[in-house]
Amino acid sequence: MASAAAAGAPPGPAAPRSRKSVTGTRRTVAVLFLLPALVLLGALVVYPIGYSLVRSFSNASGDGFVGFDNYKTLFTDDGIRTALKNNVLWVVFAPTVSTALGLVFAVLTERVRWGTAFKLVVFMPMAISMLAAGIIFRLVYDQDPDKGVANAVWVGVHDTFAQSSAFPKAHPGRRSPLVAQGGGFVTKAAVHAGQPVALPLVGVAPDQLPDDAKKAAAARPEPGKVTGTTWQDFTRGKGVGKLGAPDPSEVGYAGMRIEAVKDGKVVASAKASGDGTFTLPAAADGALLRLPASNFREPYNGVDWLGPALVTPAIIGSYVWMWAGFAMVLIAAGLAGVPRELLEAARVDGATEWQVFRKVTVPLLAPVLAVVVVTLMINVLKVFDLVFIIAPGSSQDDANVLALELYRKGFAEGRPGVASAISVFLLLLVIPVMLFNVRRLRREVRR
Amino acid sequence: MTATAGSIGKADPAGTVKAGQSLASRITERLSGGLVRVVLIVVGLFWLVPTIGLLISSLRAPQDMSASGWWTVFTKPSQLTVDSYQKLLENSDITHSLVNTVLITVPATVLVVVVGALAGYAFAWMEFPGRDWWFLGVVSLLVVPVQVALIPIAELFGKIGLFGSILGVILFHTGFGLPFAVFLLRNFFAEIPRELLEAARLDGAGELRLFARVVMPLGGPAIASLGIFQFLWVWNDMLVALVFTKSGTQPITVALQTQVRQFGNNIDVLAPGAFISMVIPLAVFFAFQRQFVSGVMAGAVK
Repeated sequence: MASAAAAGAPPGPAAPRSRKSVTGTRRTVAVLFLLPALVLLGALVVYPIGYSLVRSFSNASGDGFVGFDNYKTLFTDDGIRTALKNNVLWVVFAPTVSTALGLVFAVLTERVRWGTAFKLVVFMPMAISMLAAGIIFRLVYDQDPDKGVANAVWVGVHDTFAQSSAFPKAHPGRRSPLVAQGGGFVTKAAVHAGQPVALPLVGVAPDQLPDDAKKAAAARPEPGKVTGTTWQDFTRGKGVGKLGAPDPSEVGYAGMRIEAVKDGKVVASAKASGDGTFTLPAAADGALLRLPASNFREPYNGVDWLGPALVTPAIIGSYVWMWAGFAMVLIAAGLAGVPRELLEAARVDGATEWQVFRKVTVPLLAPVLAVVVVTLMINVLKVFDLVFIIAPGSSQDDANVLALELYRKGFAEGRPGVASAISVFLLLLVIPVMLFNVRRLRREVRR
Repeated sequence: MTATAGSIGKADPAGTVKAGQSLASRITERLSGGLVRVVLIVVGLFWLVPTIGLLISSLRAPQDMSASGWWTVFTKPSQLTVDSYQKLLENSDITHSLVNTVLITVPATVLVVVVGALAGYAFAWMEFPGRDWWFLGVVSLLVVPVQVALIPIAELFGKIGLFGSILGVILFHTGFGLPFAVFLLRNFFAEIPRELLEAARLDGAGELRLFARVVMPLGGPAIASLGIFQFLWVWNDMLVALVFTKSGTQPITVALQTQVRQFGNNIDVLAPGAFISMVIPLAVFFAFQRQFVSGVMAGAVK
């Protein structure tokens, strides 16, 4: 629109130039030139607006008047309510995030020589279809960290910072000295220095045991210290091995965390070594031993990007991927028109780059930023393909937007009356922009 | 005018260090310059990775796809294969839908340019009562969402037998492309120097001749912008075709959309299919980047 405005305004002197016909055309010729466009526009754009208006007051089959019933449905139907809520999210976040990123990119690319290459990369998604972008992001957001790159990165980061657990399925066996507590396990009786403790569990698949796990060994008593063993007490059948004591065939829980708890407070902790043995200081004397829940957490599987909670933000993310380039290019064009002397003057006056950006660049770009945001808002109202493609069937209801709901109501559920009410509602939302366009152009046309 | 206003490559040359700056400020400038570069490289990668993911996915066998992430290809390049593409191009549904996409896109683009240019010229250089009001009326239609027309036109096409036909889709795209076409071309044509038109008129050219021999050639840049913009718009459309086509007339976007329901099981169709559908738009984009950008900028209101 920025350059659209420029398009209407001749760059030369503003002296009113006559655009009177040079040929002294007869009206019939003018009509012939205009006719194809006016017929197509009338039949395909204007007529549908009027028809939608009428249709929105009619029943499903279109032969009865139902007053405002269809509009009431707009605010009572669950599907439409979700769509409205999501549309608010879309209209608030998608344009602003895209524009903010576009602004940052436009300003930063001015400072590197290969800015053009960067702009090409960011702008490129605008050339592809929303369907292709949808398939691209369906892949990105795949739940399986071995398929979706978003979760691959997320799980990678998570596992770097959070301890991953090695014993997700471990649990006490028969006649165990341990009881479950808060996701972990705790001894029934207090332990004492000099008396080795046995903390047997079962249920860890052999191939899931840590690589450094060795044959379990009974802990030796040590004066003044609490010692013990934690291991996989896998006792097969009768007579093979002993329950509650490490056998030669059994493996220690290498790396298991053990905490000594007194009155609900952790007084000491240790990690089991390869053979499952551990040593706690004297402070643990008389405490209960706990194997905290962190040992038994399910392996972290990443974020359910396309689940009900995150599906809308995830799709908005893909929209930003597509449209930040649009914002960037428009803003960069605006930036090229900002007088360099102004920025230089501010810098000479000792302003930091941040101050120049905040106090000079952004205010000068405000008109362009407004145009970009408004344009994207209109665009966002029409988003259909991305939601239709990216949201899996199970969470499409949660990702619903008005444009999608219109399609569903009109073509899948056979309720064209309600769908027409949605379309009239969408039209009402863009009318302010329509009026703004007309007012701005009227000034230019009247010359 | 717009056709030259926009280009991606407009960056100022990177900041040059001026004499007389203190060493400290020069060092901070260097450091922040390095930071800017790092940020831009990371962001650029971030923007590229999704597309690269699709490309690599389309070049792997389905069993590899379900076994490991596409990024493992960097350690095992032997996984790459064009099997999926071969199979896809033997799939007559897909090839047929690609033909349909061309059959829809080319006429819809030509029609919009020709019809839009005729009207744009009339609005710019002919006199008739209420000219400016008619023009404003057309411009006001710029922001009408296509969704508004889906149900009315579906019923209309049903009555006159256009529903499901390629012609119907072409007409729909032409109708919704026209407000922008008329807006862009009228503004461009209005800038043509009057003397040029008068000279041609004195040579005895009639209105139609004037239009074809003078106005259209001079309007080249704007027509190129409009054509590319409209071409990409129609090529990439899914919603309109989804509503107005049936199984034999579907373009590639709709043909692929029907496969999305079983996402995961048929990634070997979806990934190469999506990539094939992207090739032409991307080629057009890279070849006519300038025109595309100016079209997008002029169409910022659409």
